[in-house]
Amino acid sequence: MITLSINGVQRSIDLPPDTPLLWALRDGLGLTGTKYGCGIALCGACTVHVDGQATLACVTPISELAGKNIQTIEAMAEDATGQKVQAAWLSLGVPQCGYCQPGQVMAATALLKHNAQPADADIDKAMSRNICRCGTYTRIRAAIKQAAGELENAP
Amino acid sequence: MKALVENSGADSDSFSIINVSRRRFLKSLALGGFVLAGGFPPVALAEDEPKKYGADAMPHGWVDNPLVFVAIAEDGSVSIVCHRSEMGQGIRTSLPLVVADELEANWLHVKVVQAPGDEVRFGNQDTDGSRSMRHFFMPMRRVGAAARLMLETAAAAQWRVPLTEVRAELHHVLHPASGKRLSYGELAKAAAKLPVPDRESLKLKQPEDFRYIGKGEQLSVDGRDIVSGRAQYGIDTRLPDMLHAVVARPPVMGGKVLHYDAAEALKVPDVIKVVEIKSSPLPADFNPLGGVAVIAKHTWAAIQGRKALKIDWDNGPHAAYDSAAYRTEMEAAARQPGKVVRNQGDVDAALNSAAQRLAAEYYAPHLAQAPMEPPAAAVRIVNGHCEVWACTQAPQLTRERVAKWLDLPEDKVTVNVTLLGGGFGRKSKPDYVIEAALLSQAMHGQAVKVTWTREDDLRHAYFHTVSLERLEAGLDSRGNPLAWLHRTVAPSIGATFAPDSKHQIPPELGMGVVNVPFAIANLRVENPAAEAHTRIGWFRSVSNIPRAFAIQSFVAELASAAGRDHKDYLLDLIGPARRIDPREISDSWNQGESPEIYPVDTGRLRRVIEAATDAAGWGRDVPKGHGLGLAAHYSFVTYVAVVAEVAVDEEGKLGIPRVDIAVDCGPQVNPERIRSQLEGACIMGVSLASLGEIGFKDGAVLQDNFHAYQLTRIDDAPREIRVHLLPGSDYDKPLGGIGEPGLPPIAPALCNAIFAATGRRIRQLPIKDQLRKD
Ligand code: FES
Ligand code: FES
Repeated sequence: MITLSINGVQRSIDLPPDTPLLWALRDGLGLTGTKYGCGIALCGACTVHVDGQATLACVTPISELAGKNIQTIEAMAEDATGQKVQAAWLSLGVPQCGYCQPGQVMAATALLKHNAQPADADIDKAMSRNICRCGTYTRIRAAIKQAAGELENAP
Repeated sequence: MKALVENSGADSDSFSIINVSRRRFLKSLALGGFVLAGGFPPVALAEDEPKKYGADAMPHGWVDNPLVFVAIAEDGSVSIVCHRSEMGQGIRTSLPLVVADELEANWLHVKVVQAPGDEVRFGNQDTDGSRSMRHFFMPMRRVGAAARLMLETAAAAQWRVPLTEVRAELHHVLHPASGKRLSYGELAKAAAKLPVPDRESLKLKQPEDFRYIGKGEQLSVDGRDIVSGRAQYGIDTRLPDMLHAVVARPPVMGGKVLHYDAAEALKVPDVIKVVEIKSSPLPADFNPLGGVAVIAKHTWAAIQGRKALKIDWDNGPHAAYDSAAYRTEMEAAARQPGKVVRNQGDVDAALNSAAQRLAAEYYAPHLAQAPMEPPAAAVRIVNGHCEVWACTQAPQLTRERVAKWLDLPEDKVTVNVTLLGGGFGRKSKPDYVIEAALLSQAMHGQAVKVTWTREDDLRHAYFHTVSLERLEAGLDSRGNPLAWLHRTVAPSIGATFAPDSKHQIPPELGMGVVNVPFAIANLRVENPAAEAHTRIGWFRSVSNIPRAFAIQSFVAELASAAGRDHKDYLLDLIGPARRIDPREISDSWNQGESPEIYPVDTGRLRRVIEAATDAAGWGRDVPKGHGLGLAAHYSFVTYVAVVAEVAVDEEGKLGIPRVDIAVDCGPQVNPERIRSQLEGACIMGVSLASLGEIGFKDGAVLQDNFHAYQLTRIDDAPREIRVHLLPGSDYDKPLGGIGEPGLPPIAPALCNAIFAATGRRIRQLPIKDQLRKD
């Protein structure tokens, strides 16, 4: 039994220690907002935050996470930066099928927490781990800039 | 009625009326007479039956009964059923918007309910061919208008005033003379007791009165759920006591398990059971591939268990399939005469008399759809009733096939349609859902979810065909084309359903090869034979991809051979504005649409070319290493032209600063989602042109995840995509498709731009490192 701090709540998980966080979240805890896309760190669909860092849950075994603060997409509506990102995503109509978008929102939120005014090159660097098969990249870029503007104006 | 309310979760039956003959509103089964063949609808018509087109020609056609699609609760909330699958195109927003507009409903009080698979009740549900809006715009308008008329009739009766004195406005019915008003919630019960009005008595709105249609102001109904992680895709399905399965499938089409050893797999913690799924004989059809399934308490254990399986395969008759060798075969076929599928004038004589002859061959590889959500489905069987949750583009086909495999009547199978994390044609094929049904059956009805890993998705897609397009032209002394000879070689989708199918079927020929709208006197299209060695299926825009690539590249090659501007040359080739009957150019398919209503309109094609080139500043000076490239293509009854600007740096790295896309799809229901579809098609087109390739060796797929099958990421995507919608406010004009037509012109526009920038002509996709300088 491993205990993890997920979205501010201590959760016990009865899964083998080598289980990737992705499957622990999805199958163990029913937090299905974190998506499977490739399983081997190639697509970003499973992006979560571990101690504030964008982390790929599909290659992070739960045994490595004791004592760390894990945040998933389900907590972003309560997160000041996450809210701005979600609002920008909606107002620009970023999602198509939406399947990659929890990962995109998590990656963008982590980016903006570390770099409030990212340049295009910063966006390329931070977001190129995340694949969108529907092709929403131009709107993702615009939405990150819009969210950055909102954060700058926020009191 | 009742069943709908329960199945769909609509929360009110107060609008339900029982004593109305449904016959008046349902296209009867007799109208069908059609069977699904070759994955494409149509086909066998009784001799005396007039030919049917559009939604009419689809299995179960269309339904416009308001009782099936609308429920109004006494609190005024309106539930509208969406019967088409949502995979990113926005149909769950756009179709209900059409109903809400005619209904004069306040969109804020509308909720959308997803229909389960039931074509008899809802009309055709197979979401492909870019036809949801094309086929259901008018039926959904009638649904809304009929419900509005019933509410108005109820109010007039209550006030004892003539119907002509009342009108519906934003969720209320008003009687202006007296100033009385009643809300839809207050009227719902009384309206529900009225008969559904005849179609002929409906008054549709005038377009200037539309509130929502054509505006594109409504957020996607699923947007908030998506960005907060609440949206439910097939892979997210969770049921009580559900087990998780992954399947080891035969690596080669037509292969099967010789024997297997599950001992090590069963030692993996949390693995519960290992089950063999029998392979079916070819043709592949929609059958599950067979193999060995590992069933576990969670997905990770199932994946680990599968790794521990030892399986010996019989690889069957296609074990020698090798993409490199097959390409050589296709080239040889393309250099010999083949089955003539369109012929006008005397091509051979014209070629012989030409001042200049040019020939080029264009190769495009297999592709996998690779939706970000791989195929997944969950099934349980309770008291002889099978319940399915699946990300499926084909709810009805899925229902029919699951019933057949489980030997149940169709009414004992419920197919709940989840959101799809992308489809692109892959999820039109229910093989993965049948797997889940068989495994649930093997577990005595316990819920089982089958998840395809990315490796499974890439190895076992229904692949986009591989193709060799050979074009030859003869030019006169001024560079004008006298003759055009096109040989198209590609294994056919038909082979997935009929093993001896070596020639392309009419829908494939009608995707940009026989229906090329060029004004050339001598023109012949041939289709040499090609055998399929893997499951060929439809991929967003299907055969239009290689045809647009070849034809639009070749026209640019001819223009430069003639020393002419590409745009002028293309317009001359298309010739004057005219409406071409598709039958006159050997296109018997015409996207399944009426040739009278949907001719090939070269005027519209010309206009998108003018619009895209104007917007892009065609002919403008560009920085060193940059180039502009043009391509235009007509598909799914929509006209698209693209101008791409590329930047190729010293090392040969390709950048795409800007793409201009002009579109004429006729009337536009949700322009905002149209733009988003075209942006997405552009990026998918860039991805397949620059990186996309599935190859085979020893019969098996070489690429198994995104390192090998690469997709374009944000850093290599076009920096700016400008979509130019040609005015689409004439709602009497027929609608065009939107999901697919944006894709085909992207690859040739890019390759033509690369030629302008570098002088390098790309005739083989993907571009990959062909530009690299070492
Ligand atoms: S699922 Fe983790 S990166 Fe793809
Ligand atoms: S929105 Fe569909 S994969 Fe990104």
